[in-house]
Amino acid sequence: MHNPKEEHLPPGDRRSVIVGVALLAACTLVGAIAGDALGTVLGVKANVGGVGIAMILLIAGRIWLLRRGLLSGGIRLGVELWGALYIPIVVAMAAQQNVAAAVRGGPLVIIVAIVTTALCFACVGLIGRAASFRPSTGELPATGEVAE
Amino acid sequence: MIEQLGSIALRVLSANGLLTAFACVGCVMLAANALSRHLTAGRIHGSAIAIIIGLAGAFFAGTVTGGEKGVADLPILAGIGLLGGAMLRDFAITATAFEVDVAHARQAGLLGFLALLIGTVLPFIVGASAAWVAGYTDPVAISTIGAGAITYIVGPVTGAALGASSDVIAISIATGVLKAVLVMVVTPMVARFIGLNNPRSAMIFGGLMGTVSGVTGGLAATDRRLVPYGALTATFHTGLGCLLAPSVLHLSLLAIMTM
Repeated sequence: MHNPKEEHLPPGDRRSVIVGVALLAACTLVGAIAGDALGTVLGVKANVGGVGIAMILLIAGRIWLLRRGLLSGGIRLGVELWGALYIPIVVAMAAQQNVAAAVRGGPLVIIVAIVTTALCFACVGLIGRAASFRPSTGELPATGEVAE
Repeated sequence: MIEQLGSIALRVLSANGLLTAFACVGCVMLAANALSRHLTAGRIHGSAIAIIIGLAGAFFAGTVTGGEKGVADLPILAGIGLLGGAMLRDFAITATAFEVDVAHARQAGLLGFLALLIGTVLPFIVGASAAWVAGYTDPVAISTIGAGAITYIVGPVTGAALGASSDVIAISIATGVLKAVLVMVVTPMVARFIGLNNPRSAMIFGGLMGTVSGVTGGLAATDRRLVPYGALTATFHTGLGCLLAPSVLHLSLLAIMTM
C-alpha cells in the first residue's frame, strides 16, 4: 500500500543522514574524552560533564552548519532520530536498574521528591512575582508540539 | 512442533537482543501512551507512565532473578541492557541539544538563568541532605541521590560518572520520576497561585522544575500555549545538571563533608 501523500527525503538529503549521525557521534565522543580529561585534571577519577560538553559542541555545530547553509534535512534527521529515541532509551535504562534493592530506600524517594517539588513551586511563585514588575514578553504564539 | 517453534523464537529473540529491546520498549511506549490518554485524560505524560512500567519491570525481574540489572538479567531481554546502556543513553541525550534555539533561549535572559541555577542547586541540596539524614555516608551515593532530585536523567548520568552502585542509581531515578509525576499532576492545580499564566513565568517554571516530561505534561494540562516556553528552559536544565552535578556540586559536597 502506497500513500500518495507520503513524502520521501530527496536523494541528496538521504546521503547526508549518516553525516548527522556521525556529527552526533563525534560530539558525544569528544564530550566523553573532554569529560574524562577534566575528571583527571580535577582528580575525581570520573567523567565530569561529558554529556554537557557534548551538548554544547552539538549546539555550536548546528549553529555553524546553519550559518553556512549546510544544515540539510538529512543531517537533521540523523540527529533528531536519536533525540526522539531519548525517552524510549530512558525507559530501557529504568528497566535495567536494581529497583528491587532501591525499594529498601522507599521513604527517602517519596520525601525527597515531595520536598523538592514543593520548594521549586514556591520559588516559581517568588521569582515570577519579582519578575511581574516588568512587562511580560508579549503575545503567546500558536500551539506547538513539544516532544521530550 | 509448537515446542520447537517456541525454542526457535526464543533463540532468535535472544540472538537479536537490540531488536527485541526496540520492539519491547516500543510496545511499552504504546501501552503507556494509551494509559495516559484513557486513564488519566493526558494529565500524566505517557513517558512518565512508560518509565514507571520500566521500573516496575526491573523490580519484578530483580525479585525473580535476584540479579542487579533488572529485566536485562532475563536472557531474552538482555538487549535492554544495550539499549538503555551508557553508550546509547549519552548519544540520545546529546541529540536533544539539537532542538535548543539559542536566539529563543536568550529571551529567557537573566531570570531564566537564575531559575535554572536555583532549579539545579536547590533539589541537589534537598536530595543530598535527605540522603545524609537517611544514613548514607558515601559522598558518591549522596551526590547521586541529590542529582536524582534534579531530574531522572541527571541522577543516573551523575551516578554513572561517579561510579555509584546500581541500587543508589535506581533510588535517584525513582526520585526524579516521582518528581516528574508530581509536577505533571500538581501544576494545573497550583498554576493560578504561582502566577503561571504568561511566557515569562512559564520559562521560569521550566528552568526551576527542569524535568521536561513533568514541565510539558504539567503545562499542557494548564495552558497548551505555555508548553514551548517551559520546554525551552527545561531542555537546558538536564544539560546544566549533567554538567554541574558530577563536577561542581559533587566537589562542593566533598569539601563540605571533609570540613
